[in-house]
Amino acid sequence: MSLDKEKIKHVAKLARISVNEAKVDSLTKDLNSIFKFIEQLNELDTNKVEPLTSILNQSLRSRKDEINDGKIREKVLKNSPKDSKEFFVVPKVVE
Amino acid sequence: MIDITNQSLNQIIKRIKTKEISSTDLTKAYIKNIEGAKKLNAFVTTTFDYALDKAKQFDNKPNFDQLLPGIPLAVKDLFCTENFKTTAGSNILNNFVPSYESTVTKNLWDNGSFLLGKLNCDEFAMGSSNETSYFGNVINPVGDQIVPGGSSGGSSSALAADLTPATIGTDTGGSIRQPASFTGTVGLKPTYGLCSRWGIVAFASSLDQAGPMTKDITDCAIMLEAMSGFDEKDSTSINKKKENYSKNLKDNIKGLKIGIPKEYRVDNMPKEIDELWEKGKKILKDLGADLIDISLPHTKYALPTYYIVAPAEASSNLARYDGVRYGYRSEKGKDLIEMYENTRSEGFGDEVKRRILIGTYVLSSGYYDAYYLKAQKVRQLIKKDFDDNFTKVDAILTPSTPSSAFKIGEKTNDPVSMYLNDIFTVPTNLAGLPALSLPAGLDKQGLPLGLQLIGKPLDEQKILNIGYAFEKNCGFKNEIKKWWS
Repeated sequence: MSLDKEKIKHVAKLARISVNEAKVDSLTKDLNSIFKFIEQLNELDTNKVEPLTSILNQSLRSRKDEINDGKIREKVLKNSPKDSKEFFVVPKVVE
Repeated sequence: MIDITNQSLNQIIKRIKTKEISSTDLTKAYIKNIEGAKKLNAFVTTTFDYALDKAKQFDNKPNFDQLLPGIPLAVKDLFCTENFKTTAGSNILNNFVPSYESTVTKNLWDNGSFLLGKLNCDEFAMGSSNETSYFGNVINPVGDQIVPGGSSGGSSSALAADLTPATIGTDTGGSIRQPASFTGTVGLKPTYGLCSRWGIVAFASSLDQAGPMTKDITDCAIMLEAMSGFDEKDSTSINKKKENYSKNLKDNIKGLKIGIPKEYRVDNMPKEIDELWEKGKKILKDLGADLIDISLPHTKYALPTYYIVAPAEASSNLARYDGVRYGYRSEKGKDLIEMYENTRSEGFGDEVKRRILIGTYVLSSGYYDAYYLKAQKVRQLIKKDFDDNFTKVDAILTPSTPSSAFKIGEKTNDPVSMYLNDIFTVPTNLAGLPALSLPAGLDKQGLPLGLQLIGKPLDEQKILNIGYAFEKNCGFKNEIKKWWS
């Protein structure tokens, strides 16, 4: 299958990346050549194959549900681009 | 007088232990080299004052029992370093200063070493030539305008140019082994789960693995020993006893069975790579190993599988860069959604955006089964190829890359031709296996070429031993003229 410009704009919207019109053409070309390469996989019959979700022979460990790294608000907020000392700040979302 | 920076890590450690050189003088020697090598653009950040301070502390109160006594080390800028900027080669993390330390770097520091600087890399480790970094191209010391490989291109360049005695990189599809091959150095991708992923900027979590990049096999064993180990904080970390890889290094490989897979001979592969592979086979055979022809029939499907699995995981991992909690934030946009979209559009480079879009698409409703599920099934077949053969052989010998290092700009217009660089390295990431790239010779342009040894899960010692025997008998020494200083 081939990806058209509208599809690519839709996927970009899903990925929360703004794409300007000038870039859509080159993206369409690149992604189509990549998908053409990827679609070699269709040569293989995989009906009877189980999907591989982890290459480890172990199941994921679980831990006790307890707080062990709290009280570091300053550290957590240290890198936030809009600083309010106590919270993360986003553009206004309610009128 | 000898140039200390020209020596391998294990020789430097000996000289530190015999007090032939102090940690301070060693550190100063590297700082001098780094200052004279700006042209290579291998560093994003240097931490000279910090390093000199740590060196002084070591010299005042030395502990020679450590694995890395008083050794300054530069590391890939994908490892979070507490209080030192960590960019992952991206504009979106241009101002990010972690408040915590990655487990593998902490392990290195706990063994006596300290940070010398952070090394350039492809943006979020997505690239095979270090041309996607926000901080510019890195130059391969083997020749001007030649790429150092990627994504650990700053690491390979700095190591080969004597700007750090050893280093570490990360390998998701070949990002340690391909740059090692391109610079004539040693690079090891360990078994998935051997080195903790905690504190490493994530690319594709089921494939990412940190590993050493060094001048020789002994150094590689020392670094692996220092950085590996179980970590509570990584849910995929393997809980096993620590091994003394350097102490157990042996060059007797008599009777070992080495598999030679026919699928690693690809169209248009330069004749020199084939000849080098033959040379490698002969060396191992002369040392008493048995060569066995094997088949890994799904090899050609590894790269297409990788370009579904890795972008899918990346699109999910990189969803965290939203301009709210850390990193770059765009001032444009009238509401929250537009702020997200502009932040991510301005913060990410083209290759990263391409991969996020691929990943988002293959995971999106209606396409998941056709792409992502299909890839997971083929990944099973690729793993089975290895499982079947590892009942018959101890290790597998292949070329590391299908070509030597290329020129800057040569492959940037065609993503698929760039991706093909990783054709021999990607299968082992998909199967979670350890693999080592060894410097083996030069092509007729004088560019380094490597051979790859693939091992069974957690069988790092065996491939290191084979590499050790190979290194002693190969007779290849990577000589680099310092044209840049």
